[in-house]
Amino acid sequence: MYRYDEFDHKLVAERARQFRRQVKRRLSGELTEDQFKPLRLMNGLYMQLHAYMLRVNVPYGSLSSRQLRKFAHIARTYDRDFGHFTTRQNIQFNWIKLEEVPDILEELAEVEVTAIQSSGNCVRNITSDHYAGRARDELADPRVYCELLRQYTILNPEFSYLPRKFKIALTGSPRDRAAVALHDIGLRMHRNEAGEIGFEVLVGGGQGRTPFIAHTIREWLAPEHLLSYVESILRVYNMYGRRDNMHKARIKIIVNQMGIDRYRELVEADWEQIRDSVLKVPQAEVDRINAYFAPPEYECLADIPDELNDVRARIPEFDQWMAANVAEHRIPGYSIVNLSLKAPGMPPGDMTADTMDAVADLADRYSLDEIRVNHRQNLSFVDVRQRDLFTLWKELKLHDLATPNIQSVSDIICCPGLDYCNLANSRSIPVAQDLSRHFVDVDHLALVGDFTINISGCMNACGHHHVGNVGILGVNKRGKEFFQLTLGGSSDENAALGDRLGRALPQDEVPAAVETIVDTYLAMRLDGERFLDTYRRVGIEPFKQAVYSPVQTRAVA
Amino acid sequence: MALVKNNAMIDDPFVDVTGQETIPADGPVIVDLHQWQSHREQLTQRTDPVGVRLRSDQPPELIAGDLESLALVALEFPVFRDGRAYSYARLLRGQYRFDGEIRAVGDVLLEQLHFMERTGFDAFELQSDDPLGDLQVASADFDVWYQPAADGRLSAMQLRHQSD
Repeated sequence: MYRYDEFDHKLVAERARQFRRQVKRRLSGELTEDQFKPLRLMNGLYMQLHAYMLRVNVPYGSLSSRQLRKFAHIARTYDRDFGHFTTRQNIQFNWIKLEEVPDILEELAEVEVTAIQSSGNCVRNITSDHYAGRARDELADPRVYCELLRQYTILNPEFSYLPRKFKIALTGSPRDRAAVALHDIGLRMHRNEAGEIGFEVLVGGGQGRTPFIAHTIREWLAPEHLLSYVESILRVYNMYGRRDNMHKARIKIIVNQMGIDRYRELVEADWEQIRDSVLKVPQAEVDRINAYFAPPEYECLADIPDELNDVRARIPEFDQWMAANVAEHRIPGYSIVNLSLKAPGMPPGDMTADTMDAVADLADRYSLDEIRVNHRQNLSFVDVRQRDLFTLWKELKLHDLATPNIQSVSDIICCPGLDYCNLANSRSIPVAQDLSRHFVDVDHLALVGDFTINISGCMNACGHHHVGNVGILGVNKRGKEFFQLTLGGSSDENAALGDRLGRALPQDEVPAAVETIVDTYLAMRLDGERFLDTYRRVGIEPFKQAVYSPVQTRAVA
Repeated sequence: MALVKNNAMIDDPFVDVTGQETIPADGPVIVDLHQWQSHREQLTQRTDPVGVRLRSDQPPELIAGDLESLALVALEFPVFRDGRAYSYARLLRGQYRFDGEIRAVGDVLLEQLHFMERTGFDAFELQSDDPLGDLQVASADFDVWYQPAADGRLSAMQLRHQSD
């Protein structure tokens, strides 16, 4: 993992001190709430329905056990004993007192964690593939470039008052686990014709009320130009992005209004002026950062499929967990283990302080002290010896973190909704809880296979409903909560936005409707087809009929 | 309105005549873009310095060819949240190599001063009872910077590899 040097430490300490002053000026009335708002947001502090919420960055999802223990401490000391992992690899604390925030930020700084720019109209936490550096299918490790971008964007004087928030995601693997096409800037590592590794640069993706899949602005960019090219994209956005209407202020709107070709022209013209400036990344800095991401000293082990298969044959529950929650590691004898934060009835992404401590201990013992946070609100241990898998599984079960449901119907993404958020118009968490209690049969989950459900409590789409295989959007009709379903969304390398199924349903009808969709898929799938493949083949009509005109469907069947 | 430049309060030598019907015959003036474009010839022949004030929807590209005739560009913050002028200042200092005064006008507040300094502003019309004090507070906030900007301060990356 990256470790701070003297510069990083100093800057974070200075920022905490600056915010202490800003809080003091707010409390004394020198700053109005209007003037204070962007300052607190840029330090991660939201005003929610009932209290302040503090969002803390987990840069590109990489967390040490020491940092996780600090989160447990923050949850116990300053909050109500729990935290919430978000879709942007961050953690949120929901019941925070303004006066205590400067102390919290200082405590976080001790373990090299910040809340800088986790909110506000600036560049947010840089996110990435949670398997970065470990995935067997990875072309190159994106983390060094994540770190370069993290530093470049922190307190950037030119881009701290952008028209709207700005999100950047990177992947070094052809399998996109970071949803890069749904970001303001997406960076995908690949080889050009000469065989050199660089970035495909995507721009203008996003969800919210006007979702767009990003356009490619540049097919291939040499890594040394990463910062200058990002600067030019940001500069054009800062100058031309709309400021007249906050709902039209994201880069996706201006890119689609002027067209990607015009946007590219402006960016390239600006970039010509700065591409060979001091922004060019020196190899020495790449090497310095990369040293922190050098592979740990792995033991020389072999894959042990036979031994694992023996245990799997004896213990079906372990077998289900292996199939659903364990992924391939690039080093023989090691595996990646996903910890499900989606046990039946749990609010997705929530974790108690005690569980955080327990996970930190397990990471020390089984995964070289490191934990990853992923955008589906689960955690991963990325360096587990295969011979420890069975023991680890038993330990995870004790903490309810071994539900075998990763990437399945009950692995639901869900925003905080009206239980916390003042933007929401519906309570999304109870819908997720209903669904996870409805789909508890793990054999059935395994049978259904890859199937994502994403729930947002309002059209701002924090629960990524546009890109769920099934998306569920809370809407408010005459003071009552209803839920609008979409089908066919996806955030992977073939990203797609979901199609509207039909009229919104009352909350108590949602689980049955989802079950009908699942059953309709199972009845029509050709062997091995994922839900998404079946949906793309047969279209929305059969699902529409099954949900809204069940009698007719039965007649057809 | 207090004007701060080079860490000192100064009396503004310029008269802001933006939006006015007539421009005084002599003395340093700040005009708006419309006045500049309509009276460019007369204005460039004055011996006293001339400045142009740009609104936040008027990028410096509009005066790029005229910068040699200008002693000052004032960039407006209609509200402190409108951050376009940060980019305009950087373009003026970087791409256009403008070395005259870049003045921050409008909703100019303590908590944004540091970013303004870094992007190339060197004069500030500050909304404050204690503008000098504000500037000192803002300047003392940081002495580590992660990115190069228009102020010539070395970034952490540059300092890390200075001896390489």
